[in-house]
Amino acid sequence: MFLATVSSGVLVLVGAVFLACAVEMVEALTIVFAVGHTRGWKSAFEGVFVALVALVALVAVFGPALVQIPLSTLRLIVGGVLLIFGMQWLRKAVLRSSGFKAKHDEDAIYEETVAELRASGQSIGRDRVAFVMAFKGVFLEGLEVVVTVLTLGTSAHRLGLAATTAGIALLLVVIIGAIVSKQLSSIPENAMKMSVGILLVSYGTFWAGEGLKVSWPGNDAFLAFLVVIYTLVTWGLVALAKFESPKKKVAAHS
Amino acid sequence: MSKKQTLPIRLLKGFGMFWWDFLVGDTPELLIAVLLIIGVITGLRGAGFNTAAVVALPVLAVLALGVSVRRAINSSKKK
Repeated sequence: MFLATVSSGVLVLVGAVFLACAVEMVEALTIVFAVGHTRGWKSAFEGVFVALVALVALVAVFGPALVQIPLSTLRLIVGGVLLIFGMQWLRKAVLRSSGFKAKHDEDAIYEETVAELRASGQSIGRDRVAFVMAFKGVFLEGLEVVVTVLTLGTSAHRLGLAATTAGIALLLVVIIGAIVSKQLSSIPENAMKMSVGILLVSYGTFWAGEGLKVSWPGNDAFLAFLVVIYTLVTWGLVALAKFESPKKKVAAHS
Repeated sequence: MSKKQTLPIRLLKGFGMFWWDFLVGDTPELLIAVLLIIGVITGLRGAGFNTAAVVALPVLAVLALGVSVRRAINSSKKK
């Protein structure tokens, strides 16, 4: 029983952090690859390095500060933030799965970034455009990773586990990226985003409840129940939305 | 004449913009819904209805998600 309750909390934490980090890193790496292949790797790597330093500095500043907040307040804030963030992801995933929103296409993003870089012309000396683009890509996507790791890790009292999971996700995406060399469109991003959304909303519900002193039946094991409920609801929403999908109407008329 | 902003102001603005995009973005209804959910659950817990709070929290979250998806579908149909 003890093992089961510990495992459900840990599994949801690891799953949420891993998938969220992998998705954000796929997006960042697509931009870095576009910059590297078009303008050269030196400026791209410089941009990545400075962005990573800035992210580490943010973690160093906000990590210890978060630990000082009383646990119930922290869990309420984190729960609220995760609920909003998770529902945003789920909403997008439902709309993409049902055809109301275009799927996130890494190929298109790669081509768009390449076109933008080519249009900006070559710089002499340090390539400022390439540096800024690589920096922005890594910093903005990385900021979401930092928020996910810090909020989930501190409120579960497992910051080390959350950070390690994020590191493994980053490493795996970089290895896969190096193998496919250019773009990462073969990764099923929408399915991953849907899973992240479900896990974040489950965690958000759980922590918001804990912060408000709700006593969950089965304690941590209730997280697993929430994951099942939100998965079923998401499938239901996708099925309902597909009834009204523009794609379905096109198919019916053709 | 526009004044050039100092680095701390620009960083602060950027930080504020990040959180605005992160929490509000194009789905302000989700932020409002979460604030309402917290209010309702606080009320239920204050009145001592724990079971009602256990049921209401996920149900309200599902409702909020459903309303937000509905809103997006309606807006997509209008375009």
